Order: sequence, then structure tokens, then C-alpha cells
Amino acid sequence: MDMQVAKKKLGLKERYSVMTRGLDWTPSYQKMEDIYPYIAYEGIKIHDWDKWEDPFRLTMDAYWKYQAEKERKLYAIIDAFNQNNGHLNVTDARYINTVKLFISGISPLEYVAHRGFAHAGRAFPGPGPRVACLMQSLDEIRHAQTQVHAISNYNKYYNGMHDFHHMHDRVWFLSVPKSFFDDAITAGPFEFMVSIGFSFEYVLTNLLFVPFVSGAAYNGDMGTMTFGFSAQSDEARHMTLGLEVIKFILEQDPANVPIVQRWIDKWTWRGYRVLTLVAMMMDYMLPKRTMSWKEAWEVYFEENGGALFKDLARYGIKMPKCAEQIALEKDHLSHQAWSTFYNYAAAANFHTWMPDEDEMAWLSAKYPNSFDKHYRPRYEFWREQAAKGNRFYNKTLPMLCQTCQIPMLFTEPGDPTKICYREVDYKGDKYHFCSDHCKEIFEHEPEKYVQAWLPVHQIYQGNCFPEGTDPTVEGFDALGAVLKYYNLEHGRDNLDFDISEDKKNFAEWRGQATKNI
Amino acid sequence: MQIDLRTVTIKPLRQTFDNIARRIGGDKPASRYQEGTLDMQQTANFHYRPTWDPEHDIYDASRTAIRMADWYAFKDPRQFYYGAYTMARAKQQDTAEANFDFVENRGLAATLPESVRDTVLKLLLPLRHVAWGSNMNNASVCAYSYGTGFSQPHIYQAMDQLGIAQYLTRVGLLLGDVESLDEAKRAWMEDDAWQGLRRYVEDSFVIKDPVELFVAQNVALDGLLYPLVYETIVDDVLSSQGGTAVAMLTQFMTDWFAETRKWVDATVKIAAAESPENKEVMARWLSQWRDRSASALLPVARIALGNRSDEVLAEVVQQFNARMAKAGVTL
Repeated sequence: MDMQVAKKKLGLKERYSVMTRGLDWTPSYQKMEDIYPYIAYEGIKIHDWDKWEDPFRLTMDAYWKYQAEKERKLYAIIDAFNQNNGHLNVTDARYINTVKLFISGISPLEYVAHRGFAHAGRAFPGPGPRVACLMQSLDEIRHAQTQVHAISNYNKYYNGMHDFHHMHDRVWFLSVPKSFFDDAITAGPFEFMVSIGFSFEYVLTNLLFVPFVSGAAYNGDMGTMTFGFSAQSDEARHMTLGLEVIKFILEQDPANVPIVQRWIDKWTWRGYRVLTLVAMMMDYMLPKRTMSWKEAWEVYFEENGGALFKDLARYGIKMPKCAEQIALEKDHLSHQAWSTFYNYAAAANFHTWMPDEDEMAWLSAKYPNSFDKHYRPRYEFWREQAAKGNRFYNKTLPMLCQTCQIPMLFTEPGDPTKICYREVDYKGDKYHFCSDHCKEIFEHEPEKYVQAWLPVHQIYQGNCFPEGTDPTVEGFDALGAVLKYYNLEHGRDNLDFDISEDKKNFAEWRGQATKNI
Repeated sequence: MQIDLRTVTIKPLRQTFDNIARRIGGDKPASRYQEGTLDMQQTANFHYRPTWDPEHDIYDASRTAIRMADWYAFKDPRQFYYGAYTMARAKQQDTAEANFDFVENRGLAATLPESVRDTVLKLLLPLRHVAWGSNMNNASVCAYSYGTGFSQPHIYQAMDQLGIAQYLTRVGLLLGDVESLDEAKRAWMEDDAWQGLRRYVEDSFVIKDPVELFVAQNVALDGLLYPLVYETIVDDVLSSQGGTAVAMLTQFMTDWFAETRKWVDATVKIAAAESPENKEVMARWLSQWRDRSASALLPVARIALGNRSDEVLAEVVQQFNARMAKAGVTL
């Protein structure tokens, strides 16, 4: 036997490199452009995939070990929460509407992210980004599933989430988050990475994921909180990947800078419009508030985002110009959104209500420039009307923005008394927009956005009734037919919280669990 | 004796989500696999066509020649959702870690006969690249196939294959060094013995039909490669030559194949049982890719088996045919 020669010990970086990049080779039996057909058409130039810096060095064995540990803990807590009727410990039953919004609006997006990162990982010829993307793809199916599993128990006791997959594909306001992710996954792989990896995960995560999880923590929802905390270390990895992607693309070629800038502008705005739902959730739907939407925007975007864009300035990247308009809207966004949902409570899968006196005082304090002047009088009027038995449900259909698909509810920047309308003529048709930014996004890719499946248009075209419906019969109940198509149960899933079965059951069950009756 | 712990019981309004109830025949408690899998993929009212594939919807069943009335007919017999999957792999990972420690701590690598060590480096190390190719192919199937019942196991398979490529890398570093990995890559790129297999893998990269890609990669290639290399060459031939330590280092692959083939078989069976047309397409793909796989693997088998290669490979093919016959496709 030979003398054993001490082997050269590999450093972490070198070791990770042989575990990933070392596996790759340059093919010769098939052409690169046939193997990686989606990599050129966006105009992004990559000269050297090896310049990619791995943002984290996690081999699969370590991944399995670490993630399995987290899963064991997570499911143990979910089981305990369920067994103890943990849902009865939330602040009050209104909170559960946040959970409905989350499972029908957000969880299905985690699934799209899973498929989208599988697609992006497959599309990139560089082994570094491929491994990072595929690991994220795997994490995202985790998030989709742990959310469904955690919320499954709520579905057993409360209404509105019983057919959330079906609703996500159909219900009018859910086309807002859905079209956002459809937009991202149908873009090229580089734009997908900028839209989801950077704009969504890096810039906006603290305004989307965090408010829901913090809201759960503040409102005694241990089930939802636990999956949030359990996903935290995954999210940290995703954020690191998002930032690395941007830096890598920008460093590869100066011609990439204007393309990336346009994507950042577009996706910051697109993301922000989706956050309209989060804004109203934070200011209205959490019985125990964590912070106001305005405060969250100031801390997480204006301060943290400001620092980020300062850092990116050396690549020639500027703060997205929409930030100015967002700053003007921050005093109004959540109130305008909540008013709209209060109006359309008959057609949504969660309940709405008017804030009580304490909550109105909180809103006045958080929004001194806008609430008392523009929104309080409206709410007081609606509250009076409801007290008289005239709770108002709007049964007509609103005009939607062709890009973000939100009803035209936003006001002119700087004038909260006037609704903002923009329009574009394209190939003989007129398209409507909520803002200059949504209009610009359309104008840059009209062929894409004319395809949008706009719920209101679809209803008017007769595409949102159960099969066999005849809308021409006398006394045809359009809303009823649409609700059937949504599989939304009138009187249980929708309408005002005050008259809801949720409210009644929660009070009864809580009594049963805490009193000797 | 039974103790009676009391909890407050509240009667739930429903047992599961409506989509699950529709599929499992009524409102009954559903498993986590079911709630985490069924209808997870969006099916209706997509907003835009992919700019990278304008002929299809984001998820589009017509990307494959296989036709299914319901893509959720595909079920994973392992019932893997993410949690069940990672916990299963973490356990195997524990065993693999203990095996590597055992071999390392007792200096077993140094006691391997030279010929065994040499065979391992020559045979196993280029397979890192095959596993890496499979990682990419399975990502592809996950991205472009239809329905979570079918697509989900492919992300697990993709990451498993990355793990296998990494275990093989560790075997290389334990029995050799970085130069051994470089040498294996050179062989993969240049040596005649590997060119058939490399061509097979590169040709599979351009398969557009996700179910055909599943067949080429997970059924035909792995279905011959794993029984040949791990079950036969490592576990039998090398072990009998004093190479038991090697079998410890590749136990993950042996166990993994025994487990994943159950899902592969179930998938083949469900696709073929759907219709005579499906069965015909599956049979065509299976025999075509099996033949290519067998001829690509023959020169690789020779590295360890010499003139017994034809005979051993023929046996492996025969077992494969029997396996497929059991899954309902006679080749």
C-alpha cells in the first residue's frame, strides 16, 4: 500500500464550486441555442456566466437536513394549534378575513413562483443561477403548501375560502394578483427574475409577506404566524438571490442597464398596485394593527428602498419614477380601496365593515392630512345608513384598468377629489387606465396587455355565468349568476361582517370554549 | 386502560376544500398530500400567452402528445408533498452522512483494492454529469408539464439528482481528488466510452414534450443505469472484489432508485391505461429510448464488466421490459 499523502483540503467556495459549476459542461451534440432557446430575445447580454457570485452555498444534503427540521417544527405547531381550537384565540372574527384574502389572493401566487423558478432555472445556461433558481422553485412549493395546510383548519370553521383555487381563477378582484404573476411568468426569464426575484422578493417582500405575518402575530393567529416565521430564512435566501441577479445582469453589459431600469420601473409599479390589497388589510382588516400602510411604506420603501437605490446608482440605476406618485397616494390608498370593497361586498369572498369609533380615531391619528377631511364623513354616512337598515351594496360593475385590473378608484395625483382616468386608442379599440404608469406599461407592450382577461368585460360578454345560463330571460339576476360561476355562496361568503355567519359562530364557539354554558 | 383527555369539541362546517371534496367523492377529511397537490396549478382565465412560447398557454396540456381526461389521475404513491419529501430525504441524508463518516474515519478508502478504486473513479465520476443533466431535464418537466399531480414529483426528482451529483462528487474527493473530477470530466467530453451517453443526454435536452422527456430521462435512462451501475456493478461486482465500502457510499442512490421507481412505474401505468392511443405513444417512446439508452450504456458497462457487459446489460434490459409489462406496456 502506498503511503497516504495528505489531501489538499478544499475551501468552502472551491468545494461548493465542484458541487455545482463543476457538474456543467459545454454541449457539442446539440446547439446551445436549441438547448437554451429563451435566453436571447429579451436583449440582455451575458458574456460570462462564471462571473455569477453564488449568493449562498447550500448543498442538497444540508438543504434537506435544515428544511426537514423546520418542517417538523412547523407541522407540530400547526397540529397543536388545530387541536386546541387556536382559531378561537384570534383578536376577533374580523381578523379571519385577512386569512381569506391571503389564501385566495397570495397562496396561489406562491405556486406560480414555484413553476416560474423551475422555468427560469431551466432557461439559464449558467449553473450558478440555475441551482439558485431551482432551490427557490422547491422553496416556493413549500410556501404554497404550508400555507394551504396552515389555513386548512380555518376553512373548516369559516366561510369564504372553501373553493379558493376556483375563485382565484375567476373572482373579479383576484385577477389583480393573478394577472401580476401571469405577467411575470409570461415575460422572458430575465424579466421574470427582475420582476419576482428582485422587485417582488427584494424590494416589496417587507410590504407584502411581512404585514400578513406580523398581522397574524399581533392578532393571535399562531398557525399563520408560524408558517411565516418558518419561511423567513427561505425568504432571506430569495432576497439575496434577487439582489445578486440584478447586480450580475448590470455588471455584464452596459446595454443591459436601460432594459433593467425599465423593468424595475414597471415591476415596482405593478407590485405597488397589488399592494393596494395589503394597504387596506393593514389599515382596516386587522383588529389589532401593527402599523399603518403609510408608515410601512415610509419605512420599507422610502427608507430601506432609498438606501438600496443609492447603492444601485453606481450601475446607473435610478429610483423608479413612480415613487413620486406613490408618495402622493400614501395618504389615500387604503381608504379608497376599503371604500371600494365596502361597496362591492356582495361580490367578494370576504366580509367588510365600517371601522368603529376607536378605529376611526386611529385612522385620524395615522392619516392627519386626509382621513378626517375625505374619508371619515363618507364612513359616518354609510354607518348611519347601515344603522337604518340601508346597508348599501353596489351591484353595477366598475370600469377596470387594462394593466393592473383594479377598478378605476384612484384619484388624480395631488387631487383626492377627482378620479384619475387615462386612455389609449390601439388598433381601433379604446383602453382605459388608472394612472400614467399603467398606461405607459401598456404602451410599451400593447400586444401583451390587450390579451388581459378583464373580469368586468368578461361578465358583460357573458363568459362568467354557469354553463347553460340564459341572460336574456326576464328578470335575469346577473350578480346571482356570476356568484354561482365564482362558487361564492350568497349570504355566507359575502356581505357585511355584522350579519355574517362567521361573526355569529365565532361568538358562540368562543363562549362554548371559555364559559360554562 | 384508556385515559380520557377532554378537549372542547366544536363541529366544523366542512372537512376540506370544495375542490378536494369534488375529487375524493364528498366532504371528508383529506390528507396533506391531497390538499397540497390537487388543483394547485391554475387552470382557467390566463391573462397573457408566454412571450417565450406564444403557441401555448402558461400551463398547457397540449405541450405533450399524451392525452388525459384528468391530469390529476396522476398520483404519487409516495404521497410526497414538500414536508413529506424533505423529511424522507433528511433521513436518507443522515444515513449517507453516517456511511461517509464510517468510511472516512476507518480509512476504508485507502484499503480499497487499486483496481476497485480505479473502476469507481472511471465509472462513477462521469456520472456526476449525467445526474446534472437529469437535474435540468426534471426542472424542464416540472416547468412545462400539466397539473400538479404530474409536475410536482419532478421538482423533487430534479433536486434529488443534484444531490446525487453532489454525493458522487464527494465520492470522487474521498477516493481521489479534484484532479480525479477533472479527469472524469475530460473522459465525459472526449473518451469514446462516454460519447454515446453524452449524446443521449444532450439530445434529451431538446425534447419539447414533457412526458416524452419524463420517459427518456426517468424511465428509460435511469431505468437501465441505476440497476446496471448501482445494483449490479457496485453492490454485486465491486463488493465481491473487496469494494463494500463503495456500496456504503452509494447507498443513497440504491435506496433512492428503489423508492422513485414506484412513482415512475405508477406514472407510466396511469398514462398508458388512459387510452389505447396513449399506450401506443408510450410504447413507442419507451422502446425507442430504451434501445438508445442500452446502446449508450454498453461501453460504460465495459469499464467495470469487460466482456460480461453484453450479457449483464441484456439481463438489465430484460428486467426493465418485465417492469414495463407490469406497468401495462409490453415492449
